Amino acid sequence: MELSRNLPRETLLEMQRRMLRIRLFDERASKMVKRGYIPGTVHTSIGQEAQVVGACMALNAGDHMTGNHRSHGHPIGMGSPLGPLMAELVGKATGVCGGKGGSLHLADYAVGSLGESGITGSSIPIAVGAGLSAQVLGEDRVALTFFGDGTANQGVLYESMNLASAYKLPAIFLCENNFYALSTPSHTVTGGRIVDRAAGFGMPGVRVEDGQDVLAVYDAVAEAADRARRGEGPSLVEVMTYRFREHSEGLRINVDYRDAEEKAFWTSRDPIILFREALVARDIASTEEMDALEAGIEEEVEACATFALESPDPDLSVAFEHLYTDPYELEAVL
Amino acid sequence: MSIMTYIGAIGAAQQEAMSADERVIIIGEDVEANVYGTTGGGKQRAEQGDFVQQFGQNRIRNTPISEEAIVGTAIGAAMTGLRPIVDLSYSSFLYMAMDQFVNQAAKNRYMFGGQSSIPVVFRSAMFYGLNTGAHHSDRPYPMFMNVPGLKIMAPASAADAKGLLRSAIDSDDPVLTFEAVPLWGQKEEVPEEEYRIPFGVARTRREGADVTVVGISGSVPLALQAAEDMAARGVSCEVIDPRTLVPLDSDAIVRSVEKTGRLVIAEPAHRTCGAAAEIAALVADKAHHALVAPIKRVCALDMQVPFSPALEAQIYPTRERIVAAIEAVCADQLMSENRRVG
Ligand SMILES: Cc1ncc(C[n+]2csc(CCOP(=O)(O)OP(=O)(O)O)c2C)c(N)n1
Ligand SMILES: [Mg+2]
Repeated sequence: MELSRNLPRETLLEMQRRMLRIRLFDERASKMVKRGYIPGTVHTSIGQEAQVVGACMALNAGDHMTGNHRSHGHPIGMGSPLGPLMAELVGKATGVCGGKGGSLHLADYAVGSLGESGITGSSIPIAVGAGLSAQVLGEDRVALTFFGDGTANQGVLYESMNLASAYKLPAIFLCENNFYALSTPSHTVTGGRIVDRAAGFGMPGVRVEDGQDVLAVYDAVAEAADRARRGEGPSLVEVMTYRFREHSEGLRINVDYRDAEEKAFWTSRDPIILFREALVARDIASTEEMDALEAGIEEEVEACATFALESPDPDLSVAFEHLYTDPYELEAVL
Repeated sequence: MSIMTYIGAIGAAQQEAMSADERVIIIGEDVEANVYGTTGGGKQRAEQGDFVQQFGQNRIRNTPISEEAIVGTAIGAAMTGLRPIVDLSYSSFLYMAMDQFVNQAAKNRYMFGGQSSIPVVFRSAMFYGLNTGAHHSDRPYPMFMNVPGLKIMAPASAADAKGLLRSAIDSDDPVLTFEAVPLWGQKEEVPEEEYRIPFGVARTRREGADVTVVGISGSVPLALQAAEDMAARGVSCEVIDPRTLVPLDSDAIVRSVEKTGRLVIAEPAHRTCGAAAEIAALVADKAHHALVAPIKRVCALDMQVPFSPALEAQIYPTRERIVAAIEAVCADQLMSENRRVG
């Protein structure tokens, strides 16, 4: 039902912008980890931009999303501005969570991003809950949750799929199948195909074989969202994609767990290059226009890094805020 | 005033809250048929007060047996506009959803810099002393006291259960209620009108001068009985029920110990790292100057719960064990009483 066919030019260009934002943001974040500006590590979505953006842009304003440890692409895909995200990675006062979340726990409620999660699988039922509130309150919105192929083997997913299906909740379960859970090839620890598990819960399951094609992902998720909005319940969308870099930045794994040929095949299918070529071929934009668009994102990312680095550290008292909605009496715990 | 049972008071609080606010829903296993007795007026569906009839199936929801998903879904729903009450029935089932309690409910607001509030109540019932065997006989509230971000109530009477539950439902933070099943049938006068009892305010159940006895949950009535026994022997006990464990009214406990100089704490949870241990440490820190005797704890033994009625009773605090602890800390007073008698 290729819903993407009618997308206006501006939306198509915005897809490319958001994919570029993710790519350049993550490349910059990686450098900042290596140089010590970002404490700890980050998990990039480099290579998976089409899977992220195709899904997020199939949602409407007011919809909700929860994510996982591969955590920057999701809020960027929802339209979150880059400055506060990068400031959060660095741990600054201007961070989107005030410096208390960090890379793994980004959330930007202004764009419907209810939170990423350092615990795999943990945020899946949160999205189901957003679906439940929509249903009970009669509000026209859907909730999507991103999780990996490795996480697809956690029980909480199946409790959540069953509950969502039984209640016919407006929820979308989006599996980012990049073939590996850290160093473990998915097929060695997974029985059957993930997409086929949808049938067991009486919900449609679709597999996007080419998750490097942003419009293919958009089509699958837009259809799932339409169905959810019609009150017909949840769907499982499995997107086949690939991460171009290591599981997390700075991680050194001495075992060559990824086949060189497989890697070469997938890295030759760069979603950003593919979409640029498609847009030019369809006369949506000229190469000059695409160059200008890319330059604009480069500037945005440059500016977000400067913003993050120049922002002040959080005030020390912030560590004692937001545990509860009522103020915390610090003296009581000292 | 009307007389209510402890469990009746919980049902009444839920009913009031459901009527007052459309965003309040109840989800849990078997709540539609009122299996546990808090979602209806009586045991029959058709009986007056049935919640499904009153509030409809949109707001009274049976769930699959999926504790992790139920708890997570309630958290997500609370983050996006509802105020769910989750009936988890047995408190032993909380363990199934530990990740959601600890990593989501307790941390989200904090991690996300205050972007979310999570107005959700997780109700669970502590079955113990009822020969339900090890898998259904837990008193796990101390484990959750160890998780900053959760609020915890453990009422010991009908009026407290009702007023605290209303406050819990009003709260914009996640609250866990631990209800004492041995007290379900106990009756108390309850105000006719709607009322709320604030969190973090202890209730002095009996005033006294010689020893402070802090009772928690099902140990409160036992502490009151022990106080009665000791009164007959000339020892005046002040019995305090904190009612909420997070936040804890440490001031009330410290003030009382400053007056009495002695402290006994009774609770149905295990001794190691229990609420009693926390209260003992607080008092040792803040009222050390006033203490004239060691602090005594009367807790469940650090032991699993045996099934046989012949075996189970000895695991938990009893009136006699509390009396023995009071005797131990009031030894000098009792000696002088013995001299008088002798
Ligand atoms: C409950 C839990 N177990 C283990 C981990 C450690 N861990 C983090 S990411 C990861 C692999 C996840 O694989 P997948 O779900 O396929 O996501 P991907 O990293 O491939 O995007 C593991 C094992 C964790 N964060 N949480
Ligand atoms: Mg994976």
